[in-house]
Amino acid sequence: MKIHEYQGKELFRKFGVVTPRGFACFSADEAVEAATKLGGSVWVVKAQIHAGGRGKGGGVKIAKSLPEVRQHAGKILGMQLVTHQTGPGGQKVRRLLVEEGADIKKELYVGMVVDRVTQRVCLMASSEGGMDIEEVAAHSPEKIHKVFVDPTTGLTDADAEDVSRKIGVPAPALKESSELLQALYRCFDETDASLAEINPLILTDKDQVIALDSKLNVDDNALFRHPEIVAMRDLDEEDPLEIEASKHDLSYISLDGNIGCMVNGAGLAMATMDTIKLFGGEPANFLDVGGGATAEKVTAAFKIMLSNPQVKCILVNIFGGIMKCDTIAAGVVTAAREVKLSVPLVVRMKGTNEDLGRKILAESGLPIITAGNMGEAGQKAVAAVQAR
Amino acid sequence: MSILINKNSKVVTQGITGKTGQFHTRTSRAYANGKNCYVAGVNPKKAGESFEGIPIFKNVSEAKQQTGVNVSVIYVPPPFAAAAIWEAVEADLDLAICITEGIPVRDMVHVRERMKKERRRTLLLGPNCPGVITPEELKIGIMPGHIHMQGRVGVVSRSGTLTYEAVGQLTELGIGQSTAVGIGGDPVNGLKHIDLLKMFNDDPDTDAVIMIGEIGGSDEETAAQWVKGNMKKPVVGFIAGVTAPPGKRMGHAGAIISGGKGTAQEKLAVMESCGIKVTKNPAEMGKLLKSVLK
Repeated sequence: MKIHEYQGKELFRKFGVVTPRGFACFSADEAVEAATKLGGSVWVVKAQIHAGGRGKGGGVKIAKSLPEVRQHAGKILGMQLVTHQTGPGGQKVRRLLVEEGADIKKELYVGMVVDRVTQRVCLMASSEGGMDIEEVAAHSPEKIHKVFVDPTTGLTDADAEDVSRKIGVPAPALKESSELLQALYRCFDETDASLAEINPLILTDKDQVIALDSKLNVDDNALFRHPEIVAMRDLDEEDPLEIEASKHDLSYISLDGNIGCMVNGAGLAMATMDTIKLFGGEPANFLDVGGGATAEKVTAAFKIMLSNPQVKCILVNIFGGIMKCDTIAAGVVTAAREVKLSVPLVVRMKGTNEDLGRKILAESGLPIITAGNMGEAGQKAVAAVQAR
Repeated sequence: MSILINKNSKVVTQGITGKTGQFHTRTSRAYANGKNCYVAGVNPKKAGESFEGIPIFKNVSEAKQQTGVNVSVIYVPPPFAAAAIWEAVEADLDLAICITEGIPVRDMVHVRERMKKERRRTLLLGPNCPGVITPEELKIGIMPGHIHMQGRVGVVSRSGTLTYEAVGQLTELGIGQSTAVGIGGDPVNGLKHIDLLKMFNDDPDTDAVIMIGEIGGSDEETAAQWVKGNMKKPVVGFIAGVTAPPGKRMGHAGAIISGGKGTAQEKLAVMESCGIKVTKNPAEMGKLLKSVLK
């Protein structure tokens, strides 16, 4: 699950990661009020959307007076912010973070992820802050320093100081920097994060170390023990179809093509998408109905796929194990009738009770195109789209 | 022969009192030699009771002492699954197979660290996997038994239904399987492709292997490099997710392309360069394997 920058910073502060002072605002009036409360003479008005690259898209502005705060806030709130992560349509800005300004002497980078090879949390740090870290990794990997944290000890004093030194933190700020890194590790560990990033982490003229930005993603599997983080979920930032799907316990992701597909199992679902592409088509979505699909679930899946106006054909690919093909077939027939299906439907079914399943499809009277294997299913779906 | 399990394995079900554990213990016991292999269940609150004739013990150690189990299968719900894995490890079993889906990654990080630090010998398969089957001998997990056929081809995959797909294709072509293994779709897990390939390489009754991967991580690349230098048997492969966009989690927690790494294209290229025949058409995994058999 993704959360906003200001929410990430709230969590950071709980664990002792130093951030600028700031307030979340939902209107220009609130922004001015926040700036007044903060005091000082320089403020930063930051658009809060889940995508990165907000600055370049015009979503981060510096204000040197209260009228300027109001002006920027008014402009940013409600704008469609386009960044390299939002897609061409952009994302509507509904929330702001108004913060005190900071003197930046140097920008650094700090990130944490779970490393699959060592099966430990990996701390990555670089002197090249503010940049796209993937670029740094590609062009000057020697500038990225890594520590694989032993979960039984946490990030040690020695490692925290060593990595701080390597990324150019000067002696007077070493203690503060080490403490910040250790606090970040505790935050990562205790919130069940899957990704934490501070870009940039800044050094000020007074040798303070401050997290100027925050990006924190939390492991969906661990949300059951973090109700306070679940409460931070912002549905406006998510695809409405993906939200609807999750209500029915379906795993759905929107894509750009026109062939909707419904499959059981994540691997088989990806393989089905690949098959569509292999025969010259484009999948409209990823949809895993999971192990225990019922007629209701299949109907919900059909409705979700069809609410995408791009969809010109539906491909169902089921390998029945625990799930029986006749159950799925009955579900598909019910769903097709209920949604008054008007696009071609290609079904491939294999496994437990496949003969019974085929019989149900054949006797339904619906114009269902059946396929013997997934290659044939892909070809038939692509042909059906091209024929329209 | 086979790898990991055979008709002489003795299995304990952790989570035998839950609906999932009962359903799959029942169907697995009905397969081949299952009746003799499923000898124990565990639930601390129901020790002394039984499930359809299978005695229930308070923990895995006690089950081992009383019945000699050497393999555990885990259907315990996600919040308690890592502790269940540890219980099997502590009892010093040969193999723990964790079917449970949705275990927090942090829990897995902690249990894996402890296994490594204490140099425990118990192998872990999964979590979030379908399990393992040696056709006509023993099925441990949630795969449909009837699609399998005894034979000499090894199957290893990160995904459940895609494993069934490969097995189904082989059986249709009249090619049997020595053992079919699902290693699971989580980022932090136990046995990986490379570990299973090593076992299949050493198994005198396996002639060739189908290796199925998916986007995310670099396990397939690591395994391919090992195959290049060490594998004496032909390996064919498929990687799911050529069409998956970066940054989107495709169902499995481990199936995500991040930082431009872990793409299907990259994996396929490495596998090919290491002498593994690959196909981009998942409907032809069986045919491809057939083409490399002598």
